[in-house]
Amino acid sequence: MDTTTLTESIENQMIRKEMLLNVGPAHPAMHGIIRIVVGLEGEVVKSTEVEIGYLHRGFEKMSETVAYNGVFPYTDRLNYVSPLINNMGFAMAVEKLIGLQVPDRCHYIRVIMSEISRVSDHLTCIGASAMELGAFTVFLYMIKAREFLWELVEMVTGARLTVSYCRVGGVKADLPAGFEEMTRRRIAEVRKVIAECDKLLTRNRIFVDRMKGTGNISQAEAVSYGITGPFLRATGVNYDVRKNCPYAVYDRLDFDVPLGTEGDNLDRYYCRMEEMEQSLRIVEQCLRDIPGGAVAVDPETGRPMQTEDLHRMAASEMVDEAKMGKIYKVSGKEAVVDPTLEGTDKKVWKRISAGEKRVSLPPKEDTYGNIEGLMNHFKLVMFGHGIRPPRGEVYFPVEGANGELGFYVVSDGSENAYRVRVRPPCFTILAALPLLLNGDQVADIIPTFGSVNMIGGELDR
Amino acid sequence: MFGGENFVTSKLNAAIGWARKYSIFQYPFVTACCGMEYMATACSHYDVDRFGAGLPRFSPRQADVLFVVGTISHKMAPVLKTIYDQMTEPKWVVAFGVCTCTGGFYDNYATVMGIDTIIPVDIYIPGCPPRPEYVLDGLMKLQEKIQLQHSGKPYPKAQMYHAGQSFSV
Amino acid sequence: MLDNPSLFDLLHQRFPAAILSTHAHRGDATVTIRSEYLLDVARFLRDEPGFRMNFLMDLTAVDYLTFGQKPPGRAAHFNAGVAVRPPAFIQDQIPWPGPATGARFEVVYHFYSLETGHRLRLKVPVEEDSPQVDSLTPVWASADWFEREVWDMFGIRFKGHPNLKRILMYEEFQGHPLRKDYPVNRRQPLIGPIN
Repeated sequence: MDTTTLTESIENQMIRKEMLLNVGPAHPAMHGIIRIVVGLEGEVVKSTEVEIGYLHRGFEKMSETVAYNGVFPYTDRLNYVSPLINNMGFAMAVEKLIGLQVPDRCHYIRVIMSEISRVSDHLTCIGASAMELGAFTVFLYMIKAREFLWELVEMVTGARLTVSYCRVGGVKADLPAGFEEMTRRRIAEVRKVIAECDKLLTRNRIFVDRMKGTGNISQAEAVSYGITGPFLRATGVNYDVRKNCPYAVYDRLDFDVPLGTEGDNLDRYYCRMEEMEQSLRIVEQCLRDIPGGAVAVDPETGRPMQTEDLHRMAASEMVDEAKMGKIYKVSGKEAVVDPTLEGTDKKVWKRISAGEKRVSLPPKEDTYGNIEGLMNHFKLVMFGHGIRPPRGEVYFPVEGANGELGFYVVSDGSENAYRVRVRPPCFTILAALPLLLNGDQVADIIPTFGSVNMIGGELDR
Repeated sequence: MFGGENFVTSKLNAAIGWARKYSIFQYPFVTACCGMEYMATACSHYDVDRFGAGLPRFSPRQADVLFVVGTISHKMAPVLKTIYDQMTEPKWVVAFGVCTCTGGFYDNYATVMGIDTIIPVDIYIPGCPPRPEYVLDGLMKLQEKIQLQHSGKPYPKAQMYHAGQSFSV
Repeated sequence: MLDNPSLFDLLHQRFPAAILSTHAHRGDATVTIRSEYLLDVARFLRDEPGFRMNFLMDLTAVDYLTFGQKPPGRAAHFNAGVAVRPPAFIQDQIPWPGPATGARFEVVYHFYSLETGHRLRLKVPVEEDSPQVDSLTPVWASADWFEREVWDMFGIRFKGHPNLKRILMYEEFQGHPLRKDYPVNRRQPLIGPIN
């Protein structure tokens, strides 16, 4: 046997023989919790098996054991990069079940916070997938930008990541003083970072070569797999829950839905980059349009200075009057605490939650200031009490960072939800992963998987 | 002179401890939400590199410290144990986030109630998730512990080591 | 775009025997059908010009074992909560008819049509003793993983599914955790103590 045929036969054997390669679950590019078993022929992926469930934490079972407002901390940890969108989705699902309208200001606050979350989610996704392709600088820059946004989130909600900001029928607290100015500054900073990263990536030969033409999916396949969000829009299908089934105040806002053409990794990158800009636009419009604001309180007397708030009364005076039995002076009034007790500039509770005593918690001033507020508070927070929506079932979709995030809630009229189901957007994308990977090279697994933006909490719940 | 015959060994030990505590190679076993705060800690804003722990190694054989970041489910537990067994001595384990410390509020069929039921833990950093400052505090506690292990002093119980709590030796 | 009653009429005309009930509680169009007609109805929903449900958005199940019979409360006044009735401005002409009687499980499908913008919820009651329905994998690819998850969590079999095995839990796991008779914290660890 001469050498050429020998080499050929070895090569043939090497090519024909399928090699199984196990990636994950503890592989950095698998974000910790996915296991992929790929069958390789040479460098080409021939078969893919995806195993998930390594972060199954029983969200749906836990939601059945806690009160309605107690589900919010669990929803935070679904898509933990954009928790405010999950909060909003669950809150709006339960509100639909009850049939509750929340004030406009609350809607605007929720929209602002969820768009900020969407930006931070896309920043993380692009940053992480760029890092996996070697662009570490981009990762550092984008995390820096995310940090700017998280400081904003912290200013509003008091937490950086797991915020639990929404409540059924409202939000936890109003926007703090100075929020608007701070947000505008932060938006400018984030825009600067995005522009920088755009320069680093969009025309970067290495990045484009690895993203272009890999991880292709056609429109029909994407729709059949139930894929939504930026992933679907990169194929050119125009579906955005914010446009197609508008909720909150999205129908009043002006924004574009970026669409791709090819459905490959590069298009998904473009879509996400453009969506960040659109989200920032939405935030700016909301800041412009948001109705109502904090009520100014006279620092001397503790009384509100605006005439429209004549039905308010200083808590100390209320107590004095009530002690003398002058209930008629107190009834129908709302308590305002001394400005030294903080929180007086948050006296706009009526504007951020539905005025429904059976659903939303009273402001802390009322809880501490009068017995009705205290009872109201206890009736909602004490164990075995709480909100009891009527029997029924609803499905409410919102546009999560990865696509349609739907909450299906069944109530049996008790204080716990009978069943809470999340429609996880990246679950359907992961289901299509074999389709995306087969036929590509081994090295393409990384950018494709990065562009899926797999978030474990949401995928496995 | 030099205070006895053990002078050289004890000083050498102290030097080794000093070197070890400032050249931590960590293995981030990132599963869940805490990973976001881990990323924030590792990046330029909080810059874990200032504490000599800047280089994550994604191979357990090259790492000294196992950062278990995020909820461990029963499906994941054998994987974690394997990773721990693959690490070479000396090795330390940091339980990052309340899910790894106690299981957190996921008290259900799927999750492990604290990774210390599976592997030994040196430092607990509770929080859901812990803030980056808290993580850095935990890291410094770990460094203190590493130094103490090499200085021949009796070292406090493991329970005393958790971030945010001061201890004296 | 059709309103909910005309959507129901279309289905009624085509499948008079299949439909058990319809309702539009809170505006969500819902159709409950017999399980033997599922595949036909699904194909009809996908291909009929009035529907064109090209997205199978969600597929899940509900276990109605303990519905309406709250287990004894852990607190002394467990039934003392504040019941909320919808405010007057919400039109509640269509009350919720409740779960299908006689069946323990309901498999719930949520469809969305990109062309017409309709959403439709399809429910299939499933008996307790032989929990089985037809698989929708030939019609929508997204049914594949969703059905695996329902099998994993509820133990409902899908006839014709190519690869029906556990997806979120591990193979050694006994039982189906989202069933109402599975205690929330019964653990089955692979290693380590049962804590």
